Amino acid sequence: MSRLQVVSGKGGTGKTTVAAALALALATEGKRTLLVEVEGRQGIAQLFETEALPYEERKIAVAPGGGEVYALAIDPELALLDYLQMFYKLGGAGRALKKLGAIDFATTIAPGLRDVLLTGKACEAVRRKDKSGRFAYDYVVMDAPPTGRITRFLNVNDEVAGLAKIGPIHNQAQAVMRVLKSSETAVHLVTLLEEMPVQETADGIAELRAARLPVGRIMVNMVRPEVLDATDLELVRGTARSSLAQSLSAAGLGGARRGGQAERLVAPLLAQAEEYAERYTLEHEQRAVLGELGLPLHELPLLAEGMDLAGLYELATELREQGMS
Amino acid sequence: MSPDPAKETKDSSRHAQDGTRHHLSPARTLDLDPLIDDPKTRIVVCCGSGGVGKTTTAAALGLRAAERGRKVVVLTIDPARRLAQSMGIDSLDNVPRRVKGLDDSASGELHAMMLDMKRTFDEIVEAHADRERAAAILGNPFYQSLSAGFAGTQEYMAMEKLGQLRARDEWDLIVVDTPPSRSALDFLDAPKRLGSFLDGRLIRLLTAPAKLGGRAGMKFLNVGMSMMTGTLGKLLGGQLLKDVQTFVAAMDTTFGGFRTRADATYKLLQAPGTAFLVVAAPERDALREAAYFVERLAAEDMPLAGLVLNRVHGSGAARLSAERALAAAENLEEPRIVDQDGGKAGLRNSPDTYGSSEPAAVPESAAVPESPASEPDSPVDPDRTVEQLTAGLLRLHADRMRLLSREQRTRDRFTALHPEVAVAEVAALPGDVHDLAGLRDIGDRLAAGRPELPETDA
Repeated sequence: MSRLQVVSGKGGTGKTTVAAALALALATEGKRTLLVEVEGRQGIAQLFETEALPYEERKIAVAPGGGEVYALAIDPELALLDYLQMFYKLGGAGRALKKLGAIDFATTIAPGLRDVLLTGKACEAVRRKDKSGRFAYDYVVMDAPPTGRITRFLNVNDEVAGLAKIGPIHNQAQAVMRVLKSSETAVHLVTLLEEMPVQETADGIAELRAARLPVGRIMVNMVRPEVLDATDLELVRGTARSSLAQSLSAAGLGGARRGGQAERLVAPLLAQAEEYAERYTLEHEQRAVLGELGLPLHELPLLAEGMDLAGLYELATELREQGMS
Repeated sequence: MSPDPAKETKDSSRHAQDGTRHHLSPARTLDLDPLIDDPKTRIVVCCGSGGVGKTTTAAALGLRAAERGRKVVVLTIDPARRLAQSMGIDSLDNVPRRVKGLDDSASGELHAMMLDMKRTFDEIVEAHADRERAAAILGNPFYQSLSAGFAGTQEYMAMEKLGQLRARDEWDLIVVDTPPSRSALDFLDAPKRLGSFLDGRLIRLLTAPAKLGGRAGMKFLNVGMSMMTGTLGKLLGGQLLKDVQTFVAAMDTTFGGFRTRADATYKLLQAPGTAFLVVAAPERDALREAAYFVERLAAEDMPLAGLVLNRVHGSGAARLSAERALAAAENLEEPRIVDQDGGKAGLRNSPDTYGSSEPAAVPESAAVPESPASEPDSPVDPDRTVEQLTAGLLRLHADRMRLLSREQRTRDRFTALHPEVAVAEVAALPGDVHDLAGLRDIGDRLAAGRPELPETDA
């Protein structure tokens, strides 16, 4: 199991949720994981129902069996000042640079520098050891930028290394790149069983592979339960409306005669079944497309009550049962 | 926007009468047709978090406006392939193309384009620099990285393109899709940031050696500069710094200032002819982002037209609660197991309701499986399949109703925060949109402002 688990996915597929569930799943049985956020959205804090995370590693959850999940929201500006302090003891100069707009420049505009700082911080956490020589974290899970930008984000170190041909940024980029391209790292893509996210997942995998970044697994999120299968749906279409009305009536839902309560339920229920059937077919097609990508596939259920902390633990259990940790 | 009490009253009374249909009823319904029909509306910006259907909404609105007689251009940032193909803009050439296949009886036109940010950046350079200088800039490694899409470039170029399209004045209406930003903020901030950087103090310092020469009065600047360049040089490596300096020097002399351009675009967004639409789906994260965007737009004096809520679910049988549907499904499934050998022919109707055309709704408490109203009469039909199927339909319905109430809760939270925001709801579609007919359908749904539900007629 790779020690750096990067989770990406199209916007709206729930990659923050999946990353958090994965961090929880990997933390079970006394392990310690670090969940890292790089986009400044405070999605982790919202998910764990806590106040906004500072630029500081702090414990946010306990996993079954005594494991711990720490979280860190990486702020590129603070990471850069950190970095300047660490390597150059430039505390005061850092402030001067900030005044001039140089920090702003470096963290928001300078090509790729921001991304180097973000991935660099994550890689540092992966490699960090305590005094006894043990790794500080068993796993680092990164809630990464969306699929459309993930390859550029991870590969940016290569680009920076090409751009800054010497100097500490160059060296830093090289070091980070070695971790990201090794088997120490796995990049997972979260998708839904819908056409656009699946297409983006396929494109994303191709890009990651072309950049020789290690692709991990496909995580299909928010999978709806199968209530009726293809045969059922065929049978539904062939069933007389009056029989359905009688059946509904038998279940205690009112009269089956024309205009009766049960009878009036038939049309809307059938309309819903048609919508379901259409979606069912689409989902099957998309599952087949995903299957052709040749990667391990995990499916996480749609939680009827919406996402909350309990749901997160539920998804973590699901991931464990599916052998994700 | 001032609330319209008369309209509100009308809406809520309509909801009350419409008891058989279940809506997420907004405080105010957003009427999109008057907005896109109004000749004074020149720019519509669709914004919101990723994956909520921004691009589709922008395209559908553009198509609708065009078919209602306006000359429209839709600027999309990163459309799904098949959506782009449906509009005939699958080639990424950074130029608006006329979309064919429209109903042009109202003599409108639809043009569409996909943003190529590098191309847009190159065009600015080519338009403002002489050939030799342009070549120097385009060949500069720093420029190449910057223009290929690092943080902020896409946002900046989208706004730049919007400014260009508006300046050409060839269209009555420009519909813009916004970049899938990491956060809503970037879209408003990036142009200003890049603009103020490229035109700012840091750049002056970096380019100072060339311009200031040995002017004594600027000595303090030079001290600052050498500290700066020293530090940056250490960090980035000397070559990169030199690239940046060359780039900036080349840009500086050819541009009338990036900040001016960024400011102009920013003002354009605040102008009376501009309307922002915040797009969201009835999900917690998307609506949280939407609420944030609403607040941010207000703080920036950007004119918000309303919220487009995509993928809202409805049900034509909303009277039947999830709990009752599940209980009924269990009723239908239970006897199959219990009465494996039961031979009595089941009555297909509950006698107590049979013959009554409008029986009173079964109270919630009577709907539990052990309810005496249904159990003794549970049919033991030899043809079990129908019952199984009916139970399946009821379970589907229960899922739908749970989804509905979840969406309702999420929606209510938003409305409680921002009751002033008008909302247009668009019913969820089972599949993606691939053609103009699909976009037209979305346009109809958008204009209706509320989900179209399955008809209840038999």
